[in-house]
This record gives sequence, structure tokens and C-alpha cells, in this order.
Amino acid sequence: MKLKTILMASAALAIATSAQAEDKVLNIYNWSDYIAEDTIKKFEEKTGIKVTYDVFDSNEVLEAKLLAGNSGYDLVVPSASFMARQIKAGVFQKLDKSKLPNLANLDDGVMGNVATYDPANEHAVVYLWGTTGIGYNEGKIAERLGDDAPTDSWELIFNEANAAKLADCGISVLDAPTEMIPAAMKYLGIDPRSTDPADFKKASELFSKIKPHIRYFHSSQYINDLANGDICLTVGWSGDIFQARDRADEADNGVAISYTIPKEGALSWFDMLAIPTDAKNVENAHKFIDFVMDAQITADITNYVWYSSANTPALELIDQEILDDPGIFPTDEVKAKLWVAPVYDARTDRAINREWTSIKTGQ
Amino acid sequence: MGFQSLKRYLVIIPPILWLGLFFLIPFFVVLQVSLSDPALTRPPFTSIFTWEGWWPSSFTGDLENYEFLLSDSLYVNSYLNSLKIAAIGSFVCLLIGYPIAYVIARADANLRNTLLLLVILPFWTSSLLRVYALIGMYSPNGFINSTLSWFGIIDTPLQLMQTDFAIYSGIVITYLPLMILPLYAALEKLDGDLVEAASDLGATPLATFWRVTLPLSISGIVAGYLLVFIPSVGEFVIPALLGGPDQLMIGKTLWTEFFNNRDWPVASSVAMVMLAFLVIPMMFLRNTQRAGSA
Repeated sequence: MKLKTILMASAALAIATSAQAEDKVLNIYNWSDYIAEDTIKKFEEKTGIKVTYDVFDSNEVLEAKLLAGNSGYDLVVPSASFMARQIKAGVFQKLDKSKLPNLANLDDGVMGNVATYDPANEHAVVYLWGTTGIGYNEGKIAERLGDDAPTDSWELIFNEANAAKLADCGISVLDAPTEMIPAAMKYLGIDPRSTDPADFKKASELFSKIKPHIRYFHSSQYINDLANGDICLTVGWSGDIFQARDRADEADNGVAISYTIPKEGALSWFDMLAIPTDAKNVENAHKFIDFVMDAQITADITNYVWYSSANTPALELIDQEILDDPGIFPTDEVKAKLWVAPVYDARTDRAINREWTSIKTGQ
Repeated sequence: MGFQSLKRYLVIIPPILWLGLFFLIPFFVVLQVSLSDPALTRPPFTSIFTWEGWWPSSFTGDLENYEFLLSDSLYVNSYLNSLKIAAIGSFVCLLIGYPIAYVIARADANLRNTLLLLVILPFWTSSLLRVYALIGMYSPNGFINSTLSWFGIIDTPLQLMQTDFAIYSGIVITYLPLMILPLYAALEKLDGDLVEAASDLGATPLATFWRVTLPLSISGIVAGYLLVFIPSVGEFVIPALLGGPDQLMIGKTLWTEFFNNRDWPVASSVAMVMLAFLVIPMMFLRNTQRAGSA
């Protein structure tokens, strides 16, 4: 009898603790260097929810986890163009908008942009957005190309003569075919949203010409290398290049970094907060989404990571220096030239990746 | 069945279970995926069986993905290049590892343990960290370049990263202990009297080495070579971090299929073919070794 009581009591206790565990935890999977230092701490203090925070550095890695299922994450941050097909694969659940009062803070224009990927914005909200443009070492470029170097244009890298002159100080590009090939297409005057393999081929031919001058293809290495002066020109993500600039300033090593959105136009992308279908802490994930849509919290994040926010009331709280930087908050004129990525089907993806392999390996 | 044979079964059951659970079942999972088609579902491939209760009622797998691997020279070239890099890398390991193993085997007993410890010691740090250490050595502002330019030997930094040299040295740094240990085991067993007898009979040191020591250590050479060669073929981290973009290796091709193309079925067939590339020569080698020892 006594034994039975003990067993029942401990079973009840076990149920209680596991229920509590379910209530009070949240597992987040976000991009590296992509949140303010105190955001998680503030959320935990406000809600009493314990957050486990993991990071990734490519959409592909996130996608593989989501497609395998049971990732264990309650909240993830895919880019919108990837998210579109993940929604089709049934990876995400619809948001319960009644739990997201701060949704009203988001800019209708930006949310309208991402509705091409997620009709009626049913599955996700914009976390941050940015552009894929050119980052360069001011001194080294001027030294090699003179003061009238075309730093505001794709000419800087895609014109073979320029690339050849900059090869010795180091050029890197993102290892992301769906961002690099459309940029080359734009330079050639082709619609960067085209999904015609013949257009990929033309971009690939252009790339093959400048390939001998490219030191490496990588999507995160360039932050450090640009800051240290190991490379002088990169095609990369806006906020990453600003982080490189900050690191160089902090190191006070005489390296001055700039970021520009090329005048021909550039890719703009949106990173989305979404809840996987098999998430266990759906309620808490909603709480977190609503929390980061708060004007002050969003402003804190943008002030720290230098990526653009889609949060209208937050604009008043963002540092003037960031608001005035056309690389982060582009002027309307530049905005009109930005394009958003199309959703590639499996066949197009294979074609664009195959061209990328052929650019990199010559095969 | 006597007590002895029962005991023997008890000893071999755990490894068999282990291999079944962590090698055979995953092998069949990958085989099954390699016969299916990609799909926009979770997981992203079709099922090749239709199930009726516990029994599969129909089978829809095919060899399409394997045919696809033949349609583009990319895959064959990746395999050949991986085999080449692994073969050369293992050979360099052998050239460096053999003298080290020889010295350790000939050293006196006290020193021997210390030397062996020194060989194993780097294994205590993660191999990823050791590769990152190489990046710190080789990068344009890294240790080697800054030292050389400090002494005024070079003006512009040497390009050490993203080269074949970087890949081979990465393989050597990562796998050298796997070469030294079996070589040491073979050389340590070598009967010193045989070497003495050879020189007594007038053989030069070189001839002694060539005709006595080397043939007697061949089992260690084969074991060490395979231990380095096999992981090198499928290596992903070393070429990805140290190699240049034009270095086509099967690990990278597999990554592209799995992550960029999201084509798990083709990725699985790439993996199956790689396994065949490794298993067939090993079986062949085993047979020749058996024939040799018989």
C-alpha cells in the first residue's frame, strides 16, 4: 500500500514536472550573429520561459533539418524564397494571429512583398531583411583602381579588367548560386528573376571569365577576412559587411570597409519567423514572435546587427546613423531597383547548382 | 553446444548487434532512398513500398538515380579525383609515418611509451580544431607568411590556402597517427635477429631494409594505408576548409546533392557508389592477402 502511494506520488510529480517543462521552454534555431545580445535574456525575464538558442549559417542546413522532420525546434528563421517550398512540403503550421497583437507594427509594403512566398502571410512574419551587395576595402580598391573606381556598380567585380587588378588583394563571393548567378544576370542586362537555364548559362560564362581572380567561394568566412584585410572585395550580405566594418574599426587596423547596393539593382531577401508543424511549444513560439515584433526589441536588434527592420514604430528608436545609411535603409529610388528571388522548382535548382559547380570546378 | 561455444556466442553477439543496428540498418535505409524519387514532402522522397499492414504489397523502386550519375561526367570525375587525392595523401602519410614508426619501434622501452604518447596526443583535440589551426598557419596574414615577411624573405604573402598542398597537409595532420600505429605494431614485432643475420651475411643496410624489414612490415603498411585512405576518400571537412573551389571531391558533390539540390535519392546513390568503390578493392585485397598467407 505504502509502495503504491509512493509510486503514484512520484508519477504525479513526473507528470507535473514534464507539463511544467512543456510550458516553460522554447527551442529557437536562428542565423548566426543575428540577434541583439540581450534579446533572449529580456524574453526569459518577461515570460519565465527558458530559451534554448542554436544557430546555423545556411538556408540549406536549416532546410535539410526541417525536411527530415522532428527537428526539435519550435521557431526557425528561413529566408522567404526557401520558405515558399517548405510551406508546400508541409513543414510549417499556420500562425494564430490572435496571439500576435504586435503584428500591426509590421510594414504593409514589406509584408506584401513576402506574400508572394506565403499567400496572405499565413505562416510567417518578417524578422529582418537585407540585400546582397558589394563590400570592399576602400584603401586597397583606390590604390588599384584609382579614386573613380566603380564602387557603386557590379562593374567592380564582373568587369574582367577590374577583377584582374583586384585579384592580388583578394576577391570572395558567397557560395550561394541562387544569389550570385542572378546578380551576374543583372549585370548582363538579363532579368535576374528568369528561371531559364539558358540565362544561367550566360551568367556562368561571365563568371568563368572572372573565376581565375576569385580567391574563394564562402558564405561566412569573408566577415573576418574583410575586417583583417585578407580580402579587399566581396559580394556578401549587407549586415555581415557592416559587421566586418565594425570589427575593423574596433581593431583599429587601418582597414576601412564600405557596403554598397550596386546601382543596377540587387537582390533583397527576407528572413521569416515560422513555427514548424511538429513544434512542441507552439504557444511559447507565438509569445516569442510577438515579443520581437515589439518596437523597442526590434530596434535593439537592428541597432546591434545592422539589418533592416520591417517594423514601422521601431524606426523612431533606431540609431540615426543606421537609418541614414542607404545600404541598410535604401532610398526609394534604390528600393525600386531591388528584386526578390523567384521560387525555383527542383529542376531549375538543379540547373542553377550545376552551373555553379561548373563555374567553380571548370567541369 | 558446450559451455565454451556458448561463451563465444555471448562475446560476438554484442558486436553483431552493434553492427546490425548502426551499420546494416542505416545501409538499407540509404539503399532504399537511393531507389526512390525526390518529392516535395517531409521527408523529401517517395516511398518505394506500398504497405499493407506489415507487408509490402508493391515495389516501385528503380535504378534511375544510378543511371543519372552516368549521364554527367561530374560524378565520375569527382570519384576519380577523390581516389587520387586519397591515394596521394595516404602515400605521403606512409613516407612520413614509416621513419617515425621505425624510430619508435627501435627506441628503448622507456622512451618508446613517451614517443607513442606524443603520436596519440594530437588525437585528443578535435580534428576540426587541428584543421582550423592549419588555417591559422597558412592564411595570408597567418603564422608562416608573417614570419617569412618579418625575416624579409618574401614581399607578398605566399598563397598557401586553397591549394592542393593545403589539402594534402590537412590529410597528413589529421590521419598520420592512424598510419603510424599499425606500422609501429608491425615493426615492433619484427625479429631483430633477422636484421642482424642479413648484415652478417653481407647485406648493406639498404639491402637489409629493402629485402628484410620492408617485406616483413607489409601487413602494417597495408593496414595503415587503408586506415588513412578510406576516410580520406569521403573526406568533406579538409577540402571544404583548406582546398580551393576547383577541387572536385565526392564529399562536396554529395553535399551539393543533399543540401543544394535537395535531391536525397541522388545523394543516396552517390553514397552507395562511394561505398562500392571502397568495399570492392578491400575485398579484393583481403582475398589476395589470404592467398598470400596460405
